Amino acid sequence: MKAGLTTKTVKEIKVDIDKCTGCRACEMACSAYHAHPRYSSINPAKSRIRVVADEINDEYVPIRAGDYTPSECNGRHIYTIGGKDYSECSFCGASCPSRDYFIEPDSGLPLKCDMCESVPPLAEPMCVQVCGTDALTYVEREVEREEKPQKKRGQIEIGLESLVNQYGIEAVIDSLNQMSKVQRR
Amino acid sequence: MRYAETGFSLEIDLSRGSIEKVETDPRDTELYLGGQGIAAKILFERVPADVDPFSPENLLIFSTGLLHGTPAPAANRTVVNTFSPQTNLMSHSLFGGFFGPELKYAGYDRIIIRGKAPDLVYLYIHNDKVEIRDATHLRGKGTTETGDLLKRELKDQKVQVAAIGLAGENRVYMASIDHNHASAARGVGVIMGDKRLKAIAVRGTKDLNIARPAELFDMCQRIHKKMAESTGCGDWMAVDEDDSFHHNHFAWGNARTRRKDFWSKELQERWTRWKYDHMDRQTGCYNCPKTCRNVIKWPGRPRFGYKCFGKDTYHMAAFLELDFSYEILGVAQEYGVDSYATPQVMAFALELLEAGILTDKDFPDMPADSRGRFFYLLEKIVRREGIGDVLADSVSRAAKRIGNGAEAYDHNTTKKFEQVPIKLGKVNPAFFLMIATGEKMNITQIEGSFPQDPLPTLEQREEFVSHWEAVPDAKFKKYFLEWEKRNDISDEATCDIVDWNEAMHYIDDSLGTCGFVSSFRGQFGGDVPYHINNLPQIISLATGMEMDKAKLWKNFQRIRTLVRAVNVRRGLRRKDERPPEDHWAVRDEKYEQELLSKYYGFKGWNSEGIPTRQALERLDLGYVADDLEQRGILTADESASAGKPSAEKATI
Repeated sequence: MKAGLTTKTVKEIKVDIDKCTGCRACEMACSAYHAHPRYSSINPAKSRIRVVADEINDEYVPIRAGDYTPSECNGRHIYTIGGKDYSECSFCGASCPSRDYFIEPDSGLPLKCDMCESVPPLAEPMCVQVCGTDALTYVEREVEREEKPQKKRGQIEIGLESLVNQYGIEAVIDSLNQMSKVQRR
Repeated sequence: MRYAETGFSLEIDLSRGSIEKVETDPRDTELYLGGQGIAAKILFERVPADVDPFSPENLLIFSTGLLHGTPAPAANRTVVNTFSPQTNLMSHSLFGGFFGPELKYAGYDRIIIRGKAPDLVYLYIHNDKVEIRDATHLRGKGTTETGDLLKRELKDQKVQVAAIGLAGENRVYMASIDHNHASAARGVGVIMGDKRLKAIAVRGTKDLNIARPAELFDMCQRIHKKMAESTGCGDWMAVDEDDSFHHNHFAWGNARTRRKDFWSKELQERWTRWKYDHMDRQTGCYNCPKTCRNVIKWPGRPRFGYKCFGKDTYHMAAFLELDFSYEILGVAQEYGVDSYATPQVMAFALELLEAGILTDKDFPDMPADSRGRFFYLLEKIVRREGIGDVLADSVSRAAKRIGNGAEAYDHNTTKKFEQVPIKLGKVNPAFFLMIATGEKMNITQIEGSFPQDPLPTLEQREEFVSHWEAVPDAKFKKYFLEWEKRNDISDEATCDIVDWNEAMHYIDDSLGTCGFVSSFRGQFGGDVPYHINNLPQIISLATGMEMDKAKLWKNFQRIRTLVRAVNVRRGLRRKDERPPEDHWAVRDEKYEQELLSKYYGFKGWNSEGIPTRQALERLDLGYVADDLEQRGILTADESASAGKPSAEKATI
């Protein structure tokens, strides 16, 4: 390894949408694995993988829960692939108000895929293990990347920065001056 | 807490517009499991025996299986039961896909529908929110089309829809209920249409609890893996391009003509090309790794999915080729008609035309070619227009309405229901009993665990039994080892074999597990993932109930006997238990009737096929015996009632 480079393991689930049969075994298994206690209940609505299935258009796309977003997109792409139209939503893993994927049905909190890295981590994510048609396969890759020295910052610095971001530096300085007058009196 | 089941039924009265969520008795689960088992009990208790199927008092029940929604793979077949106007008996129907598990996640084990809506409605279930909604805007819409429209209307792509098409709306007896390219046939779509219920849309986001979760998950994942890797389960017809078996051996037209040399290499290449040039993919049902359904998009026709023998029925009835089936199946699926019975009805009509019993006047403007005629008849039947109104009552009932000798052309029905068109040589004992006594109306719903044919050498038979895990008892291995000629087998073995075959279907249809990984599939290769030896443990881990092989077998006997009692109360008797007269060319009436009597005795039924009090009590069905005695169907002195005609409540 060159100086200044580190390696990181990138975990990838490869999705072959031509092989997906729409059976949703992945949803069942994911919800079971993430239940507390483990496997104690089954509920695909709590799965962190969902199969976007539309039999009238022959569309079957497993998607993985990603980040939460408070608002839906202001527009979206429609992709034509092999003569079939797919909405951008069919590939998007956001926990988003436009639909009820990746939103915990009881609490309304967003759900996010953890690649089954909980303790102990699984050798392969549960959804991949149960996919009977190899529509989902798992790949780990080692990638090199430049080491970026991380500056250590104290809690005061982080706190002040967020106040500056919110109110502007002038207001923060004024407040500090006011507070110091009071304190010294 | 209830495990594997929700413990609630949804009760809908469409006449009153009422919706109730009703807690159920866990003891019913112990005795009747779920699915068809509990549905049979509900039909027995709540639908009086003289209720006409078209009465608002008839019930239409959509049941989940006991294992639906659990990690048990391929537990996804929804069971639909009602009384059929075609047979006047209990309808038994199933469809694969996602509906049953979704209903469980919504918090219900079944939907019990009574009454009739004033106009077309659909039922929307989203967890505890249940609404009867107007569906007049869906009138005339196709089955898959209705599913698609409701998903848009409800803004929910995950909603699961079961719908009828035009055939159901018009009360065609062959109407099906369709969901996700899967279809419930055998007399249920007509009642859904009669109740003016266009569709049920269900969405569930609740937890289903498991009694012993980690053990069940582990066991189910091993079974799931075996299913994925094994060629001994699933529908081999989805991938095997050599379909010479059905084409050379089954009868074409109105179950009339054998074409023993039909199949050829050249034809197979052409058909394979048609298939793969138009197949989008193979799909599976909920939590099952098998890919039994071929999804086809034929130019200018709606996309459809088919499995098994469903791809052959139309072109064999019409004396055409696979391209015709591909052309008509998408249209027929949207109209929602049974692909086993409907082509036979059409071929029957054309035979009557040829025989001069019907005339050109009955078929105004009908095209001259077979292709055009079948499309013409399909349109007439689903609209009940002209002759279509008569044909929509199915072969037996249509023959009666037409008269003038038409009854002689009704030659392939049993209990007034169209049978698979098989015409063979010498009577096969097990198949005689299965066709005669089956109450699920189709041979595919009773055959399946014991092989259809012996293997030629003892070495091969020894090899077969050496890894035959599915057998309930060692005696079946002995039967198979000693079996050399298809029709040469002891009556004792025949009774045992038919009973085992039937047992697995009754168990599957209560658990919701699919016959292609269980009851239907063992006859081809013996290597099925689900069988009587591992299902008790799965039930036990999922539900927390104590279960073993003997208890599960008794559950089968209880449910089976109850279904018999339900039908006996509506008039089913020995005289109705006859395979089509020409099913085999060479018949032996004396032997057949002796075998039937032995089988009745084996089952604990009297000479009329009515369960005796002793048999009923042994199966905790004393209340059934009381009911049958009150009606005079059973007398206290059973030997007196045996053999003489019983009180005929309703003629079937």
